[in-house]
Amino acid sequence: MIIRIMGEGQLLVDDANVDALNKLDASLEAAVEKHDEAAFAAALQALLAKAREVGTALPADALEPSGLILPREGATLDEVRDLLGDGGLIPG
Amino acid sequence: MGVMKRVSTIFRAKANKALDKYEDPRETLDYSYQTQLELLQKVRRGVADVATSRKRVELQMNQLQQSSDKLDRQARDALAAGREDLAREALTRKAGVQTQLTDLQGQYANLQGEEEKLTAASQRLQAKVDAFRVRKETIKATYTAAEAQTRINEVFTGISEEMSDVGLAIQRAEDKTEQMKARAGAIDELMASGALSDALGGAPHDDIQAELDRMGAGSGVDAELARMKSELAGSSAPKQIAGSPGPGDAVPQSGPSFSKEQSGSGEA
Repeated sequence: MIIRIMGEGQLLVDDANVDALNKLDASLEAAVEKHDEAAFAAALQALLAKAREVGTALPADALEPSGLILPREGATLDEVRDLLGDGGLIPG
Repeated sequence: MGVMKRVSTIFRAKANKALDKYEDPRETLDYSYQTQLELLQKVRRGVADVATSRKRVELQMNQLQQSSDKLDRQARDALAAGREDLAREALTRKAGVQTQLTDLQGQYANLQGEEEKLTAASQRLQAKVDAFRVRKETIKATYTAAEAQTRINEVFTGISEEMSDVGLAIQRAEDKTEQMKARAGAIDELMASGALSDALGGAPHDDIQAELDRMGAGSGVDAELARMKSELAGSSAPKQIAGSPGPGDAVPQSGPSFSKEQSGSGEA
């Protein structure tokens, strides 16, 4: 599966590893819902680290959409809430 | 649905909305390509803006470092002249300058990171835009509108996602450079207003330096007075001068008084 880390680019992740990412993503989502800034930062960091560990970079000229998109490193809780809102934040 | 899936769905919905705008999907390709070129320009401008901002901060850091060094020298000079009050004032100002400097160093590192990220984003986008142009021409040459649809969808959604990502990165960079401009402007104002200007080299009204100069000039005057006094005393009663090898000898007479002046100004 192709995943994107925002601000970094796309990675190819073996389907067998997607479950591990989804588990970490569940913690991230819980933190977003609880508005728990500390838990959110930790969960995002763990998710990004795992994605980088199991993924291999897609060539820069690839034109494929991603199945999963991860917020950028250092993203704030509010930023991610905006991203998940109505999509009005996304420019262009 | 998790965060990752939701973000991906939102990006896709946005791409689909753009695709629906055109009757002939091949038109979408041309339109998108134009937008991509515009975005590429915008990213490059963003990189240049961040670099300009970074250079301005660098310049200010150099100025502040010079101020700090100068204040340090002044504190030493003041202390050597026995003016602890003046030395304390110089060191207090130096601490203020150092606080600004530390703040700027943090901002500098921040801008450097931003510049690197945007440069990488610009390179990724360039590679994708080039690939898109080739695919676009192939699709237009090979397929009818109906046939082209499915092939276009994926290519378009892929590049659209990249553009959304890059667009957000640019917005962030713009926000940061705006903040930086405001802070750099505030420091320039501080320097211009005199709050920091006393500490800057070549500042018109450096009161610490003025005080040190006055003290230096003062001791020079004292030394000259002493020299004149001894000259006068020498001409009327040459035997009073200690170490004088012979009465009425003018050359050794000026010797001791000259060295006295030298040591006097050296203490200042």
